[in-house]
Amino acid sequence: MAFEKYDFTPLTQAIHKALIENVSPLLTTIIEWTIIGVLFLLFIAIFGLLLVYVERKVCAAFQQRLGPMRVGPWGLLQTIADFVKLLMKELITPKSVDKFLYNLAPFIVIIVPFLTISVIPFAPGLQALDFDIGIFFVTAVSSVGVIGVLLAGWASNNKYSLIGGMRSGAQIVSYELSVGMSLITMVILAGTMQISEIVELQRGGWFLFKGHIPAVLAFFVFVVAGTAETNRGPFDLAEAESELTAGFHTEYSGIKFAFFFLAEYINLFIVSAMATIVFLGGWMPFHFGDWAAFNNVMDFIPGLVWFFIKVFGIIFLIMWFKWTFPRLRIDQILTLEWKYLLPINLFNILLMATMVLLGWHW
Amino acid sequence: MNSEVMFYLLAGMILVFSVLTVTSRKILRAAVYLLFVLISTAAIYFMLEYTFLAAVQLTVYAGGIVVLIIFSVLLTSHISEKAIMADRKQSLLSALAVGAGALLTLLTILKFTFVPSALPAQTSTVTDVGNALISYERDGFALPFEVISILLLAALIGAIIVARKEKDNAIIK
Repeated sequence: MAFEKYDFTPLTQAIHKALIENVSPLLTTIIEWTIIGVLFLLFIAIFGLLLVYVERKVCAAFQQRLGPMRVGPWGLLQTIADFVKLLMKELITPKSVDKFLYNLAPFIVIIVPFLTISVIPFAPGLQALDFDIGIFFVTAVSSVGVIGVLLAGWASNNKYSLIGGMRSGAQIVSYELSVGMSLITMVILAGTMQISEIVELQRGGWFLFKGHIPAVLAFFVFVVAGTAETNRGPFDLAEAESELTAGFHTEYSGIKFAFFFLAEYINLFIVSAMATIVFLGGWMPFHFGDWAAFNNVMDFIPGLVWFFIKVFGIIFLIMWFKWTFPRLRIDQILTLEWKYLLPINLFNILLMATMVLLGWHW
Repeated sequence: MNSEVMFYLLAGMILVFSVLTVTSRKILRAAVYLLFVLISTAAIYFMLEYTFLAAVQLTVYAGGIVVLIIFSVLLTSHISEKAIMADRKQSLLSALAVGAGALLTLLTILKFTFVPSALPAQTSTVTDVGNALISYERDGFALPFEVISILLLAALIGAIIVARKEKDNAIIK
């Protein structure tokens, strides 16, 4: 196939071979870990800044404004300037906080996206870790993130932060269930949790089309629950500026605040990437039935580009939610999850299982 | 050799944070130290390449139980609260009990001769775990699985009964 030439495996294999021939195995491991770590670090920092810029531009477009325009061409350097400002800000630790937990919380929050990003396949042969529990690993690791939010809310010793932390905790714990269950629905269709295999299985068609009705339902639930799990609008009542003065991160400043901020945007990327992998075929190109010519043209676009086109599509969808819908109340959020999404999900799992059993999918 | 270094690192973390969990006088800090113990345990499972158990450890203990503990602390206690120190008699007795337990465990482990198995180490995949859970043949866990789900259902219903509003009771009275 044409697009196989964009496979990254020869490159990674060549690097590995060059290292193992020249240095000891231990050093090879250490160097490879360092390379991967630095790459992810750079990716998270740069992509986070890019997403902040995209968000401001999208928001501006929805409100018929131009958004940042002054710093750099089309304001492209605006977020970098903002970030430099954040780095130089004083780190204020209020007097009555629990210092250990107060300083620990941002790190717990930022570690989670670092762990989950490791299983995401960006392109053929470009995946750091490929467990046979891939999907489960993502849900397991992201369930730890809420602890950072709760700790930040409590350790700040501030009633706004505490309320924000509690709200966010209740919300994340509830919506985790829907995210997990909609992923389980797709795992039933795929028959595996290994991410590389899930992508490979979609060579003949994306799961969104292969699993038709239940897959579309699961996709809908996943995007809604994923938006809620990343604490984004219209589910952003944990940090509702107007009533809670930013909720759990009220007391944070400088780089620690930047950690919360960055983690939120990278989590947005991870939710979109998971949706892309599970529903939209990961880095697989878009094929239409037996239109050979069309399919061949599609194959010439590299997997990396396909992956980011799909991810940005879903990121745009989630940003669209944020700037269109008004913020929900806490009881409305919990009602939506427990009285609507959860029963829909349970029914959907049954439907998908029946369909797979009877072979009613493509 | 790499894995040995990692093992001692993780084991050391587990030991240190376990001690900190029981000695910390601030309850939320104790919960966080417990979180570190549980995550280090998950890391050991990852090291043994039993990724399924590691992910379960993370979901159930780190993401479930610790979150529950932290939630209840958040609802009940204030940041300035400190646990009262146990008096000397109590701590002496607990130290004795813990020491005796540790001694017994150590003696048993050191006396036991571990026979190295000729079989290659088995790695079980998710498929194996899933099949074992619903299999009713030998080495199957269908019955325990069902019994546990009934227990969970009972717990769920119990929680709803306890937590629901007292509207109906008032009418009965």
